[in-house]
Amino acid sequence: MNEGLIIAIIIGISVASVPLIFAAIGELVVERSGVLNLGVEGMMIVGALAGFIVEFHTGNSFLAVLAAMLAGMAIAFTFAFLTQILLTNHVATGLALTLFGLGIAAFAGRTYTEVRIELIPATHIPLLSDLPIFGPILFSYNPLVYIAFFMVFLVWWFLFRTKQGLILRAIGDNHDAAHAIGHNVIRYRILAILFGGAMAGIGGAFLSLVQVPIWGEDMTAGRGWIALGLVVFSSWQPFKVILGALIFGGITILQLHAQGFDIRISAQYLSMLPYLTTIIVLVSLRLRDKSKTNRTMPNCLGRIFHSTS
Amino acid sequence: MIRLIPRTQPSKAMIFLSPLLALTLTVVTAFFIFTFILTDIEISRVFYALFVEPLIDTYYISELLVKAVPLIMIALGLSIGFRAGVWNIGAEGQYVIGGITGGAVALFFYDVEGFWLLPLMSLAAILGGMFYASIAAFLRIKYQVNEILVTLMLTYVAVLFLSAMLQGPMRDPSGFNFPESRLFHDSALLPIIWQGTRVNLGLVFAIIFSFVTWFGIKKHISGMQIKITGSAPRAAKFAGFDDKKTIWFSLLISGGIAGLAGLFEAAGPIGQLNPGLPQFYGFTAIIVAFLARLHPIAIIFSALLIALTYIGGENAQIYFNLPSSITNVFQGMLLFYFLACDILIQYKIVFIKAIRQKL
Repeated sequence: MNEGLIIAIIIGISVASVPLIFAAIGELVVERSGVLNLGVEGMMIVGALAGFIVEFHTGNSFLAVLAAMLAGMAIAFTFAFLTQILLTNHVATGLALTLFGLGIAAFAGRTYTEVRIELIPATHIPLLSDLPIFGPILFSYNPLVYIAFFMVFLVWWFLFRTKQGLILRAIGDNHDAAHAIGHNVIRYRILAILFGGAMAGIGGAFLSLVQVPIWGEDMTAGRGWIALGLVVFSSWQPFKVILGALIFGGITILQLHAQGFDIRISAQYLSMLPYLTTIIVLVSLRLRDKSKTNRTMPNCLGRIFHSTS
Repeated sequence: MIRLIPRTQPSKAMIFLSPLLALTLTVVTAFFIFTFILTDIEISRVFYALFVEPLIDTYYISELLVKAVPLIMIALGLSIGFRAGVWNIGAEGQYVIGGITGGAVALFFYDVEGFWLLPLMSLAAILGGMFYASIAAFLRIKYQVNEILVTLMLTYVAVLFLSAMLQGPMRDPSGFNFPESRLFHDSALLPIIWQGTRVNLGLVFAIIFSFVTWFGIKKHISGMQIKITGSAPRAAKFAGFDDKKTIWFSLLISGGIAGLAGLFEAAGPIGQLNPGLPQFYGFTAIIVAFLARLHPIAIIFSALLIALTYIGGENAQIYFNLPSSITNVFQGMLLFYFLACDILIQYKIVFIKAIRQKL
């Protein structure tokens, strides 16, 4: 293999991992607050469509990304309202969110299936982008890629270096105690869910604005679910999300290149790899950690909170 | 400020009223969404095609029954697991695998006819579905891996596997390279029970299964164990119930019946294996189970209601060229509203002004 191909593969892996990083880091905050939102796939696809439509009509990528965030937050709010105010079951509500999101996106996007947009181009950073090897590998992306990695840092900093982050984690571990000492459990959780929606929205928009210039109702192809797997894989530790996302990005790219190399396996079997990897990774995680229960898992994950006082 | 105050006992009236309220709210919301999105089509015509036509025409009524069969079957299996807190979200995958293994038997005995063929196909389908669900059970028990993610990932794998099979070993040799199997011959097809329609024996089985499940949950000790394991896992442990057994039992039952549903679809309305087998039934059945509050008999009715959204969606596609995903919009909304309205059973809504003054 020549140098150019290796560089292309590394770039491909980084780009393929970005939607997963966005979606997973958002969900990580949600789960740290004790909420299990299975609607990531639905929020991603809605973000992908909103971004695409705004990009198509305005040509303004900044507005497009903003629209994707808002769209993700809008449908995340439905989830927040139902689970936090009306105390519905997290699993069922999250599933409803995914079904609704997939449906409404396909429905509202029906007139956009035949049009194309300009993809957001990579930013050229003077000097740095021109470096040999490191230039293309590290400095040849569009801004969203850097933002994704920065968000991981930001979330880590928030969760482990700020008072609010500490409160959020406390709420996720014991909502009754946190409530008893006067923290507003519901408000924290609603904000966390909205953040999760915004991140999933950007993750989806990355697919429709950076990766492919067309809109398709199946373009998320289970990435929302893989992102949920990544959160478990990360043991709810932000930086491990990057590691997990790179593994999946790697598998995705490997599969594409394998198809290009005329390897005699049906394309379908290669396409199974990301999904099978998710399962294998989750199993291997448990092999390493022999303890019966997952110690880092937020204790109140998915439990309904209702204050009596 | 509005507050929720727990009722001293669940409201009987609300148990029946909340689904109706949810349905009404869904239709009203759908009306507003459609008015907003479908500026080019007359909304009243869409609504007629979606909700009225399927209920007054014999053909559509028979199609409702056809669509209800897989939904009833899968939802029954899921309802058992959901009671136990076992979340088999990938019934769609077990459904597809059941269709493949059962269909494989039909294709293997392509030139043989016999009354034994359908039972053999059914057995293969049940085992296929059970096997597929058992992966999730095994991983949950042995490695504490979340069954939601495993069953879901395996759904994507199953659909890809079906596609690989249809382009490879199962492709019709005289089918012009279309990714479809041969058509099943008559003794591999479920007998039609309503002449002139596609309603087949599967419906009878689906209804029998509902009553068997109802009886099982009501009378049998394992039904009791499952219920307690779901609502109070610690108590279940102290009582000596084996939660491993419950996980195995829930996943094997729901996987087996989903597999059988897949075969009933292939050997029923489809009549072969083709890429149209996965129809999202596995996911929709989750809604069916919830709408029925996991009650086996109520599942029959909620399956018919959800089948209506399928038929309505197909109509909207044919008449107005709308995407069939309109069905998912309805289903998602219906579940949202249903979950929301159910709060009225356990809680009552109180305006808090008066309470605050007391404090």
